[in-house]
Amino acid sequence: MNNSFIAALFVIVPVSTAFLISLLARFARRGYLYALSVFSSGSILLISFYALGVLPKSVNNILVYNIGGLASPFGISLVLDGLSVFMLVVVNLAAFFVSIYNIGYVDKHDDAPKFLTLFFMMLTGLNGVVITGDLFNLFVFLEVASIAGYALVCFRGGAEELEAAFKYAVMGSTGSAFIFIGIAFLYSFTSTLNMADMSRIIAMKEGIFVVPFVTVLFIMGFGLKAALAPFHAWLPDAHTSAPASISAMFSGVLIKALGVYTLARILFNVLGTTQALLSALTVLGAISILVSGVLAVLQWNMKRLFAYSSIGQIGYIFLGLGLGTPWGVFGAVFHIFQHSVAKSLLFLTAGSVDKSAHERDLREMSGLKEKMPVTAWASMIASMSLAGIPPLGAFFSKLIIIIACIQAGFYFYAFIAVIGSILTLAAMAKMQKFAFLGELREKFKNVKEASFAMRISIACLAGICVFGGLLLLPQLKPFIGNAAGVLLEGTKYSGLVLGAATK
Amino acid sequence: MTLYLLCLFLFCVGLYGVLRKRNIVKIIVGFAIMGYAMNLFFVMLGYKMHGRSPIAAIDQQVTNMVDTVPQELVHTSIVIGLGLTALLIAIAIKIYEKCGTFDITKIKRLKG
Amino acid sequence: MPNNPLAGMSIIVKSITRIIISMVMVFGIYIVAHGHVSPGGGFAGGVIIALSFVLLMLAFGKGVATSKITKTIASNLESVGALMFLLIALSGFSGGAFFMNILAKGAPFKLFSAGTIPLYNYVLGLKVGVGLFAIYLAFVVLEKAGKRK
Repeated sequence: MNNSFIAALFVIVPVSTAFLISLLARFARRGYLYALSVFSSGSILLISFYALGVLPKSVNNILVYNIGGLASPFGISLVLDGLSVFMLVVVNLAAFFVSIYNIGYVDKHDDAPKFLTLFFMMLTGLNGVVITGDLFNLFVFLEVASIAGYALVCFRGGAEELEAAFKYAVMGSTGSAFIFIGIAFLYSFTSTLNMADMSRIIAMKEGIFVVPFVTVLFIMGFGLKAALAPFHAWLPDAHTSAPASISAMFSGVLIKALGVYTLARILFNVLGTTQALLSALTVLGAISILVSGVLAVLQWNMKRLFAYSSIGQIGYIFLGLGLGTPWGVFGAVFHIFQHSVAKSLLFLTAGSVDKSAHERDLREMSGLKEKMPVTAWASMIASMSLAGIPPLGAFFSKLIIIIACIQAGFYFYAFIAVIGSILTLAAMAKMQKFAFLGELREKFKNVKEASFAMRISIACLAGICVFGGLLLLPQLKPFIGNAAGVLLEGTKYSGLVLGAATK
Repeated sequence: MTLYLLCLFLFCVGLYGVLRKRNIVKIIVGFAIMGYAMNLFFVMLGYKMHGRSPIAAIDQQVTNMVDTVPQELVHTSIVIGLGLTALLIAIAIKIYEKCGTFDITKIKRLKG
Repeated sequence: MPNNPLAGMSIIVKSITRIIISMVMVFGIYIVAHGHVSPGGGFAGGVIIALSFVLLMLAFGKGVATSKITKTIASNLESVGALMFLLIALSGFSGGAFFMNILAKGAPFKLFSAGTIPLYNYVLGLKVGVGLFAIYLAFVVLEKAGKRK
């Protein structure tokens, strides 16, 4: 139990930063607030790397921390296993680079202390969802992150942002309502809230009606948070109208931590998967890929194009998860990492284009490559990575998912995955051609490159995108292999956690 | 059993408000009703036959209490619902300020 | 309190409010303080404390209420409340775990018992009370700004 108290730090640090920034807003200049935010998100990133290093030395690769010292089935426990640490690194990496980007992006006219406070409350919710081992605690952190998200979408107060925020809030709360009812049914069936204990009891009892019903409720609720088709309708509006750094957090991290991670954790580790459930996930994933692929190519707004492409990439991840084979789950988890890096980078470049050129419509833009070289190169790297061009990062993850489909015998799904990749390539090529290549227009004569802080974060993320394929090397493979292994163990998770908890 | 069906009916009333009403304030009221129905359902799940309310007093011995865990979870859920309602009302006020109307069929500026 | 006869409500409401408002706030503090003995606790008592400020604003108009608690004081007090909550939770580390109950637990049903739980109740009562009043102030300010446009 000596090292496991770091689990509590992932929640303490963002919450205290949020309220410290809100308190110091009167007394300190803006520079100090930005410095505090970068310092805090950087320290959480370092702690998550430390957790990654310390995990293999502990029992069963699992660290359990009981809050308040109360024993495991009665109190709330925080569980650090392979999947949690992987998601922590993904979330905090994106948050660190976005907080550096914020230094240059937030205007003098915007209310920076409120923006940073909401940003860190969202980060608290995201970290809390990933590390908790208690089902209702997961719901509470999910709501904290979601409500901070609703508030951040309408931060700039224009009519379009308010409409998008209202739509997002209404649909998101409906999803949360379904999740709450599902948790109520599960509690009445198992009379415990600890996830490990619950999976042990579900394996023992015969839940003929309850478990499938709760599964459907959770697919609806968490699927809405993850923007799985047919629950994807809120995503284009919300991610287009939010400020660019917040869109990067949403598309890169929020839909994965609140939707994909929670659904995978509950379906694989707590409820136990059946073949019908897995095939349902693959069907929904395939529908997402087709819907998004077709609609993304038709968009003329830069951020809306990226938002539609996010729906498709989440479809890829669910396709991989639904196969249930080792390679499928490995590819899905790898794609979580690659997509979060690439999509965050794309939204950040869109933000820097928006800030310098004050233009979002692709029909009005062209030739920005001469004036904004760093942004253009980073955007090219990220879009080629997402489209699946070797040797950039996302090529490997998509290849693994397609190979897994063929291995499992689903030739039709592999065909859909390849079609989706071609459509993504078309959408990204369209964006590149109109925004960056070609002749520079008259009105862009005075456009300057993005500010220093924005350039640093964009360049670092582009570097991670380029070298992302190196994660398949044998030394670094356990980073993803452990995460996939936790999901594949299924309900044995409960025995491991309870065994590690009583030590 | 009839209590659970009435709770479901209350949830459907709230859902009807969210889906079919055109005024933003009525949608928010529909959400509040849905929240009440969900919390009520969760508390009702904790009922034991002939159970007493779970309050311990200094001079009474209450042995047959209803389940206390749903009561705390519903307490948390009510607070979350409060935060959500406050945010929705703030968004509604700003929409009225910008667009001059509460009617959602007239606030369609995002297309595609 | 400076009495602007045009702001707020009628003279009957103002007289009754003068008498009642301190009782409402004391009742709220009573519910907060006895949170570990009887139903209530931090959130419920905090709502009643906030309601006493809202009653002040409704009866006497915006000027009187904001002269007692301005928007910046409300926002700062709320952050102070949250940070104090975290500090008490962190003090559990000295006992061995986060959020642990380290103070002496006295006899049951007494006012000074149950370790750190009453402290949590007080801090929550402060935060929720001031926070809900800040939300209400934000609505009133937004509406005034809208009417001026």
